[in-house]
Amino acid sequence: MALLTVRNLTTSFATDQGTIRAVNGVSFTLEPGEVLGLVGESGSGKSVTALSLMRLVREPPAKVEAELLDFEGTDLLRAPARTLRDIRGAGIAMIFQDPMRSLNPVLTIGRQLTEPLRRHMRMGAAAARHRAIELLEMVGIPMAETRLGSYPHQFSGGMRQRVMIAIALSCNPRLLIADEATTALDVTIQAQIVELVRRLTKNLGTAVIWISHDLGLVAGLCDRVNVMYAGRIVETGPVREVFYRPAHGYTIGLIGCTPRVDQVGTPLTPINGLPPNLMDEAPLCPFLPRCDVAIPACRQTRPALRNLPGGHAAVCLADLTSHHRGAH
Amino acid sequence: MAVILATDSGSLARDKAQTLRFASGARLAFRQFLRNPAATVGLVVLVLLCLAAIAAPWISPFGPIQIKLSAKLQPPSWAHLLGTDHFGRDVLSRLLYGARVSLSIGVLVVAFSMSFGVPIGMVAGFMRGHVDNVLMRLMDAFLTFPPLLLAVAIVGLLGPDLRNVMMAIGVVQIPVLARIVRASTLSAREETYVMAARALGASPLRIALRHILRNILSPIMVQVTIGFSAAIIAEASLSFLGLGTQPPNPSWGRDLAEARRYMADAPWLFLSPTATIMLAVLSINFVGDGLRDALDPRSWRTRARAATATE
Repeated sequence: MALLTVRNLTTSFATDQGTIRAVNGVSFTLEPGEVLGLVGESGSGKSVTALSLMRLVREPPAKVEAELLDFEGTDLLRAPARTLRDIRGAGIAMIFQDPMRSLNPVLTIGRQLTEPLRRHMRMGAAAARHRAIELLEMVGIPMAETRLGSYPHQFSGGMRQRVMIAIALSCNPRLLIADEATTALDVTIQAQIVELVRRLTKNLGTAVIWISHDLGLVAGLCDRVNVMYAGRIVETGPVREVFYRPAHGYTIGLIGCTPRVDQVGTPLTPINGLPPNLMDEAPLCPFLPRCDVAIPACRQTRPALRNLPGGHAAVCLADLTSHHRGAH
Repeated sequence: MAVILATDSGSLARDKAQTLRFASGARLAFRQFLRNPAATVGLVVLVLLCLAAIAAPWISPFGPIQIKLSAKLQPPSWAHLLGTDHFGRDVLSRLLYGARVSLSIGVLVVAFSMSFGVPIGMVAGFMRGHVDNVLMRLMDAFLTFPPLLLAVAIVGLLGPDLRNVMMAIGVVQIPVLARIVRASTLSAREETYVMAARALGASPLRIALRHILRNILSPIMVQVTIGFSAAIIAEASLSFLGLGTQPPNPSWGRDLAEARRYMADAPWLFLSPTATIMLAVLSINFVGDGLRDALDPRSWRTRARAATATE
């Protein structure tokens, strides 16, 4: 049975000017232990999707709707606040982008590590402390025992992200959402953190949703990838399929503006223009104004999700086989 | 590195025990507080003033309302260290007894305004929406009254005893405190660590008390010390207007009010209460300043930092 089933998730924000649909009809499923990538540029709805899954967007002003939002048999849309709190941290955990700000500056690391343990695992003070030391050691923090009494400002960014990972994994969640978890770190630390999360979640059998705009990272880590644009999933499939045989103009654009070490000197191709205003419901493909591979049909009908071989699907009318890497 | 560790090594064992118990916060904050000389001096002065107030019956050379007309308006001498007033009462004794009134007014006003201002501000900032609007408009309504006039009206209506004076001064401070608390809460609740705490399943009450309240303690503390000194001054003003402490009982403000008539002939009469009020208010403000720094863990020098440096 699927760990998480999302069907037609829509998150809208009521503003004075109208309703903004930050997430617009997103559907996907996640199997236990699966690693899913969620890519797209800023404002494409990646983070809001994640926050909606955990019901962490503030309602109101936001409104989260879905045909189905099921986590391990619990309907997250209709579950009472108390059940949601039990799931947060213990069932689904999240790591945030900025480790400098996601730890409370006035509480010790030990306090912040033991709090969820005592809350979700009903551990006593001594047991929680013991487990906290184990967790810190697990994420590679030296002198874990003394470090429990330290405050966040005494840690570097990379160390803080390690602590965040320890906290997130402390109650054995079945799903970990990493929202741009390495974006704020420098490259060498990034690689360490990515490897740490990969190793730990693999050992623990935790499913992961990696939210990132770093395609290289997603390509190396994930089993499947969802490409998001304007609040929608425009392409989905196994990582290799999507990156080697992209089937949506936007995915091609994203790949074109990703620097590659093995192609030094090749100019990057930016995607021109800006993401569309999410207020107006576009009658055509929302990517059309910026699309380089549009065909005449794109100006007449709105594309529907089209299934491709290999568990791959895209919302695009154009046939993009000529753009595939093998074709060049 | 050895140097850093060595300078700290005296307290090392104790420190370690502290760290392991997670309870080093208060101690580290206090240690940081002591690093600020002005705050330390302020704290010492304040403690001495409080002790003097408590010990007034035993240490004052005369009774505060003991009249001796034959010795009226005497300048400072060995018999009367700070001189005597127009009834021949000993100024020093009156100051000591007056400290009881003035300081307890300060404490009570702060406790009173905090017990309303902090919850109101936090609820408004945390809940937002209609609750916020109603509470804050109510606070705005309070703010439209000139503070002293409002206090005068309240004391005028209820009568000038200590409890009413305290409430009259405290009511004026509630909206100021509530607005500061609300503003701090608003910014704290948007912090990523609040979102992270929510993502870990913390309940709203827990978030408010553990994550937000602890983070806005500094602005609250600063406001509290300002409120404390404002209360002493406000009590002085009310007494000056005849609505605070009633004659013949002493308070710093009361004595100052009476002294104004003899300013030219007996300057010591108004200099002593003025200097005492100034001393108290300055000390409290220094203490507040020190507290603001001391409550921020980022200012604490801990053994763990020395450890970081060693790595």
